[in-house]
Amino acid sequence: MMDRREFLGATGVLTGVLAAGSPLALLGPGRAWALDLKALTSAEGAALLAAARTVAPHDKLDDAPYALVVQSLDGNATREAATLALLRQGIPTLGAGFATAAESERVAALQAIDTTPFFKSVRATTLMTLYASPLVYSYFGYEGEAFSKGGYLLRGFNDLRWLPEVPLADSGPIFGAKSS
Amino acid sequence: MASISHDDTNAVVIIGSGAGGGTLAHELTRRGIRVVLLEAGARQSLASFSQVPGEAFAQLTWLEPRTQSGSTTVVEDYPTLPSWTAKTVGGTTVHWTGMALRASPWEVSARTTYGTVDGASLIDWPVDYKELLHYYQLAEKRMMVTRRNGNPGLPASNHFKVFHYGAKRLGYKQVHTGYMAINSRPADGRGMCIQQGFCVQGCKTGAKWSTLYTEIPRAEITGNLELRAECRAVHIEHGADGRVNAVVYRDPAGNEQRQKARVVCVACNAVETSRLLLLSESARFPNGLANSSDQVGRHFCHHTGCFVWGVFDKPIEFWRGATLAGLVLDETRHDPKRGFAGGYHLEMAALDLPSIAIAGFPQTLWGRELGFVMEQYRSMAGIYVNGEDLPRSTNRITLNPDVKDQFGLPVANIHVDDHPNNAAMRRHGQQQSKALFEAAGAIKVLMSRQTPATHNMCAARMSREPKDGVLNAHGQAHDVANLFVSDGSAMSTPSSANPTLTIVALALRQADFIARQMSMRAI
Repeated sequence: MMDRREFLGATGVLTGVLAAGSPLALLGPGRAWALDLKALTSAEGAALLAAARTVAPHDKLDDAPYALVVQSLDGNATREAATLALLRQGIPTLGAGFATAAESERVAALQAIDTTPFFKSVRATTLMTLYASPLVYSYFGYEGEAFSKGGYLLRGFNDLRWLPEVPLADSGPIFGAKSS
Repeated sequence: MASISHDDTNAVVIIGSGAGGGTLAHELTRRGIRVVLLEAGARQSLASFSQVPGEAFAQLTWLEPRTQSGSTTVVEDYPTLPSWTAKTVGGTTVHWTGMALRASPWEVSARTTYGTVDGASLIDWPVDYKELLHYYQLAEKRMMVTRRNGNPGLPASNHFKVFHYGAKRLGYKQVHTGYMAINSRPADGRGMCIQQGFCVQGCKTGAKWSTLYTEIPRAEITGNLELRAECRAVHIEHGADGRVNAVVYRDPAGNEQRQKARVVCVACNAVETSRLLLLSESARFPNGLANSSDQVGRHFCHHTGCFVWGVFDKPIEFWRGATLAGLVLDETRHDPKRGFAGGYHLEMAALDLPSIAIAGFPQTLWGRELGFVMEQYRSMAGIYVNGEDLPRSTNRITLNPDVKDQFGLPVANIHVDDHPNNAAMRRHGQQQSKALFEAAGAIKVLMSRQTPATHNMCAARMSREPKDGVLNAHGQAHDVANLFVSDGSAMSTPSSANPTLTIVALALRQADFIARQMSMRAI
């Protein structure tokens, strides 16, 4: 009998569970997540997820935002035959067992191919997808869109106290604030 | 807004609605001249600007293909993005960071000041600095530039405190929150800066000057402007007399349209301006329009530019506040003892989360070092080194017949060989920035290589002699009296100043000239 994923035309799946207490858990009803792949196999997806973690390692970050990198690569591979070929030919160069290898081995495997178009594509997609995701804003301290909160004019744009204040001649007054 | 007939032979057609085209449209329409303003991009508004970094980038950026070649590291580092320009009503004035700097007097006589430099095609500007200064002052009034005309400076952000402290410890004398076309108080019908950060996403209070919500609506109110957004000019036509008389464009549905014209002004940002002139070939102008001298696309300049980042052990949160509101002016001087001609500005700079990883760091950075630096995102400070680059006749925008756009037209190829002067200046700027951050207590400093150009200049430059450039001192084509270029292409040399103020000043000046010439019926 055909299961749901096969019916939807999925070629693979990535699954994971958010760590207890992960801020990402607030975004969905449960901690388990699953991502269907449209062009890549589950094994290929797992290898790319490990590659993304090695390119941009953040130990306390869940797998879920890294899975978005795989989703992006899989999407490109679905639309562009050239990308699928690049990934299909590149993934085996990572070596068997890459997805579960120790970090030092994964680093060595990537160093050996770090001038190839495959590596550059994985690196670029990792940076573009991982760091663009609102899922990771709070991890890096970024506070996101601020206009709806009135910007930072009255919310700490100048609250740094570990250096001296700047003379007025080199800065400017805050409009509407009482001069001190 | 006016409705102007496609057969109106008295209309001025301006192509591009940014700093040059948008300003020119306002200046001509308020003098009673009918203007059709063609813009390839869509019209956004303060309400529609996205504040999601990647989404904002996609909303405002020219993402159609361009190719590149040459020895610049940009070819290797940014294979699909040789230049970061806008495609939206208001052009780059929507995504710019508001730094409104004047070129300096010695920079507009670069050939005289710097002398002969091997491998460089320097010329002096054909414009007298005193006259340029007059228009700079008009532009600064128009744009409500801070620290000019009694407009207060922007207040110091956390990020600026770090920048200022390091700069002063390094001995710099001229350090302040910049000459910014960003309201430090409500003015001119626009809001004030609320320090929301990432000005490149579009300013949702309108505190930052943009033609989108200043010059263009004011031009519309005159009843003499028809803005046609999402319309792509593909060819400029001329008559038997050799004067231009129509612009062929694709409307939003992709259908070909033809707008007749008395005067045509090209203001598409330098890459697309050169491309459009080259695409507008004819039996009479087989090498492209205004190109009898073979100068169109040559001498392309983009500024010597790179990022330097200081990582600190205490929080800064540099996304809080106007992105570029910090400036060191001490290095703008021409001082050959430093080992290069010309000078540079040090400009405080912040990047959003994906951009800093994509474009802020060396393209070879990955693994634990990248992970460490990114985890210090809240404790980082940044500088953009913005320096004068030297024109080279072989640094050139050409057509690439091997790559076509959605209309089947060849895309622009940008060829840039880095001049040794640029490399020496970049190294100096990087070392000074590193010293600045270390003086402020940085625990680590990182540097990018040359970044993709956002300041595209000089590729259809003004020159005294027709053999040295494309335009005369008024931005009027040497070859075609009723054809003008009204963007950064027209600059004779790039100076070390971010180009927007100069583009606006030249547009104000050009509007006076065009209006006079039209009333005299010279064009």
